[in-house]
Amino acid sequence: MSDALGRVWKFDHDISTDLLSPGTYAVDPVEVRMLHTLESISPSFASEVRAGDIVIAGRNFGCGSSRETAAENLKALGIACVVAESLSRLFMRNAVAIGLPVLLCAGVHEAFNDGDEVAVDLTAGTIASADEAHHLQGEPLPTEMREILAAGGIISVLQSQTEG
Amino acid sequence: MGSTLAEKIMAKAAGRESVSAGEFVVADIDLALVHDIFAASVFDALKETGRATVFDPDKVVVVIDHLVPAPSAEAAAVHDRIRKHVSELDIGAFYDAGEGICHQLLPERGHIRPGMLVVGTDSHTTTHGALTAAATGIGTSEMVYVMATGRLWFRVPETIRYELHGSLALGVSWKDVILHLAGRFGSDGAQYRAMEFGGPALVEADMSSRLTVSNMALELGAKFALFPSDSVTADYLAERDIPAEPLDADPNASYEAVHQIDLTALAPQVALPHDVDNVIPVGEVGDLAIHQAFLGSCTNGRLEDLRAAAAVLKDRKIAPGVRMVVAPASRAVLTQALAEGVIATLVDAGASVLPSGCGPCFGGHSGLLAPGERCIGTHNRNFIGRMGSPQAEIYLASPETVAASAIAGRIADPREEVVHV
Repeated sequence: MSDALGRVWKFDHDISTDLLSPGTYAVDPVEVRMLHTLESISPSFASEVRAGDIVIAGRNFGCGSSRETAAENLKALGIACVVAESLSRLFMRNAVAIGLPVLLCAGVHEAFNDGDEVAVDLTAGTIASADEAHHLQGEPLPTEMREILAAGGIISVLQSQTEG
Repeated sequence: MGSTLAEKIMAKAAGRESVSAGEFVVADIDLALVHDIFAASVFDALKETGRATVFDPDKVVVVIDHLVPAPSAEAAAVHDRIRKHVSELDIGAFYDAGEGICHQLLPERGHIRPGMLVVGTDSHTTTHGALTAAATGIGTSEMVYVMATGRLWFRVPETIRYELHGSLALGVSWKDVILHLAGRFGSDGAQYRAMEFGGPALVEADMSSRLTVSNMALELGAKFALFPSDSVTADYLAERDIPAEPLDADPNASYEAVHQIDLTALAPQVALPHDVDNVIPVGEVGDLAIHQAFLGSCTNGRLEDLRAAAAVLKDRKIAPGVRMVVAPASRAVLTQALAEGVIATLVDAGASVLPSGCGPCFGGHSGLLAPGERCIGTHNRNFIGRMGSPQAEIYLASPETVAASAIAGRIADPREEVVHV
């Protein structure tokens, strides 16, 4: 699994799937839908985010709906990893299922700010600022989930099982 | 060591004698639910993997309920794709637009039995724990995997048990109970956990109330929200000619926590914007004028909910400047509510009746809000932008409180209005 090095976009607690993927655009294609990601609380996010950027959040990130589009929008915008104090169960499953890396890490919301350059090591489960001022140890994902991520998502797993 | 309800059901689904919290298992799915927001993409993706069939057409239920009736040409085109998929894949249980909301139809039409493992592409799939099914939401990619294989990986969850005591006061409902639990334990108070309900107060919770509680348990982060299978369950299933056996946790099961909850002193509860756990008693809300009152959703759109609201609204008028919209949870609910005069009472009071579906609740269509508007509803989420404008405010409450507020034109305590059938 590759490491991620990128710029931080920081969000608060309880960021819901309605913010990540508003219901009004529920059946729009991803190219349209992703432009509305988090627009209610961060209008410039979708236009200014760059490939490789990292989302840092507080507790219960991705709470709410089962909509996989919440994770898919972030991946389509180029987010390399979501690092949060805690993740909603559905967001966590969906992120892994579509191949968007996630990391649970206590203290991450306090330690980092918008625009910080950080490096994430998913295997070790660590996040550190580029200047090494902060270095936090998170909880690496269980092997079962990392295998799905490494395959690129659960559809890839399905296809490899079919071929196997 | 005994097993919790979640452990018992997961063990059976995984073909094991027993499993323990924390284990990863691959389990057989007894029922897979998809609704119209995701069905077309699930079946498109399934076919893209080269498959022309689902794992078992008799274990799949497809419901068109979110975009009902189709509010746009795009939505109509999505529905058209779904109908073609359903036909080509020979799926037996298909409920087209107008039949009702998926979480009402599954129990109402007898698809749910105690002990089942159920997955759905909807977060509120936890609803079916009311009938002792380990039921939970998954995303579309995982549903493609399920449709192909009939299996999915799970981590057996730790269980938190809620022992319910006492008796609800007049004007207080089980919606108030689950709102209270959300406020008390927080929106991640049961994250990754199975919630298991027990205690002497359960005998007072009819199936409609249990469905409300299990539905909204998801808002505490729950993976499953399980009631035991008891005489209430057996009566509900008997009406559908389904035999039921008792199913409960072992007395010596291991819990992460056990909470004692006394219902006796509970007041009607309101969740304030913009979080489901931002809950206070209705008496502490203050003087807040409302623009819309919403009665419906998979949380509180059942016959019992409509009756409770009608009891408050009988021979009354909703306040000038308030719009009240009502969406019965299914055609069967609507038919019975018509027969009983419940719909007439609501319409006479000034309410508009919407088709059976999810429209306003998920912010899709029909009854959305302008900037600065305030809505009190019986649904399950009050997130920013949930019902249209991000500058609107959503308050969540019971059918009784919503009806009382519609009359008052401000958020009101139903105990101050006429109460109960």
